[in-house]
Amino acid sequence: MRFVGLVWANLARKKLRTTLTIGSFAVALFLFGLLVTIRGAFSGGADVAGVDRLTVINKTSLIMPLPYSYRDRLLQASGVAAVTFATWFGGVYQDERNFFPQFAVDRDTWFKVYSEYVVPKEQLANLMRDRQGCLVGRSLAKRFGWKVGDRIPLRGTIWTGTWEFNLDGVYEGNRPDVDTGQMLFRYDYLEEQRRFGKGTVGWYVVKLTNPDDAVRVSEAIDGGFANSPYETLTQTEKAFAASFAKQMGNIGLLVLTIGAVVFFTLLLVTGNTMAIAVRERTAEFAVLKTVGFSNPDILGLVLVEAVLIAGLGGVLGLAFAKLFTLGGDPTRGMLASFYLPWSSVGLGFGLALAVGAAAGALPAVSAMRLEVVDALRRV
Amino acid sequence: MVRVDGTGNGTGLIRVRDLDKKYRRGSEEIHVLQGLNLDVERGEFVAFMGPSGSGKTTLLNLLGGLDLPTSGSITVAGDEITHMSAAKLTAWRARHVGFIFQMYNLIPVLTAFGNVELPLLLTRLSKGERRRHVEATLGVVGLLDRMDHYPRQLSGGQEQRVAIARAIVADATFLLADEPTGDLDRKSADEIMELLGRLVHEHGKTILMVTHDPRAAERAGVVLHLDKGVLVEGSVSAGVGA
Repeated sequence: MRFVGLVWANLARKKLRTTLTIGSFAVALFLFGLLVTIRGAFSGGADVAGVDRLTVINKTSLIMPLPYSYRDRLLQASGVAAVTFATWFGGVYQDERNFFPQFAVDRDTWFKVYSEYVVPKEQLANLMRDRQGCLVGRSLAKRFGWKVGDRIPLRGTIWTGTWEFNLDGVYEGNRPDVDTGQMLFRYDYLEEQRRFGKGTVGWYVVKLTNPDDAVRVSEAIDGGFANSPYETLTQTEKAFAASFAKQMGNIGLLVLTIGAVVFFTLLLVTGNTMAIAVRERTAEFAVLKTVGFSNPDILGLVLVEAVLIAGLGGVLGLAFAKLFTLGGDPTRGMLASFYLPWSSVGLGFGLALAVGAAAGALPAVSAMRLEVVDALRRV
Repeated sequence: MVRVDGTGNGTGLIRVRDLDKKYRRGSEEIHVLQGLNLDVERGEFVAFMGPSGSGKTTLLNLLGGLDLPTSGSITVAGDEITHMSAAKLTAWRARHVGFIFQMYNLIPVLTAFGNVELPLLLTRLSKGERRRHVEATLGVVGLLDRMDHYPRQLSGGQEQRVAIARAIVADATFLLADEPTGDLDRKSADEIMELLGRLVHEHGKTILMVTHDPRAAERAGVVLHLDKGVLVEGSVSAGVGA
């Protein structure tokens, strides 16, 4: 604390250089925040998937359906607390660019299994009464300016024709990272209106009595339907979401690669800046040592300076990234869960400090090792 | 009383015995100081003169613990410094030595106040106590009204007075001045020497000064000549060290 004034004075010595270095940290950390957010969005909710839920799909492919009759057999399996199901609808609202996911779900069980979806009681009651009813997430309603009571027409791409829905309610997530960019409507409406695929569902979701039983229950389910016309593949919801995200490519690796390049560049830029700053102040470090500043004092001064620059830039960049993501999905539907978690903000800040310390380490050591007599002779 | 023959009784402030310093430049060995002896009492003002390369600054660096001798010993106020570790030597320097350089060597981004405060940052003094010490010291060198000025806003003489304030603010046991007037005009040089004289006579400071300037050396109580690494007592004469 005694050296705060000295550190601050040194940071203010070359204001433009300090500002630009802080700026490069800010830009890098802003980019980091966005990349993490995009990765999270592409992971399809893998990070928020329930640990007590299994997804049961057709073993051949996710797009192949499963019989509706499996529902009762799943319910009878040991360790299963509840079963619900959903079917991908694939409708278009006005224009193909207005993409958002729509699912036909079982009105009686869906919200019991997915407790993270919060729907006002009266709105859920409306859905129960209204066969053409639907619920949309908060961000989706905001995106199209929909209000409860609106009529929403969709053009079917799998089951063709125009499908009309009544907006009965808007759901929220009980956590900020819950996807509120979806539309959920009643399965019985789909079943009644569609011309093919009757008696099937897209996939089942099984809620476990005890998450520790996931492996045993998965094996029991798949074993039970082995050698049938509709063999199943049961996996945890997290694994399912991750494999779904992988269909989009290895976003995680891409993010990691870009992030690593950005941070390495930052390391070089800041290291160079700190090296120049130390070289310019050779005589001053010699004077500080002369008046009694110890080697650790000198090391600390340079390191603190580098870490402060990194920290300030990090705070700025991450603050901008957080503000940007609070504005919601900028792609209008491609990245429904566009959310930068505080844990990632903390990780980014930690990385910024680490890069700052690493960049300042070599210049700090060279300042520390400075021979006073040699340095004074150079003045 | 200053002695250079090694016959001091060892009760003085500074005691140097058989001091040798050799440098190696490539394959050549340079013997800068040879078997040097010196005894200095408290409150003395000693000037070292001699031609360039005679070892004056090397001697000052050794006395200030900035460099280590090849052999011999230096004892200051009972502390034998030649065998101290680097860390101990740094702490010792902070407590006992005040340095004054020819080029002032002030930190340009700190005000006069900030520069003078530097040695006190290494003490346990509170912020308020540090302020009182710095203001009192700047008062001694006559720059209290300039304490918020940066070095670039001060004249050479004023900068050197700030450097002197920095050297004395922590109440160093002795001051080492390397050509303190070397970069100043005559008037400013006289003012600085007047100030150093006052520090010795009114404040009881001990000063060891290297200079080429006979007029500056005249202010010192004792003038010693260094030639080819050997120290001899002498008087000031025009042309010495010029």
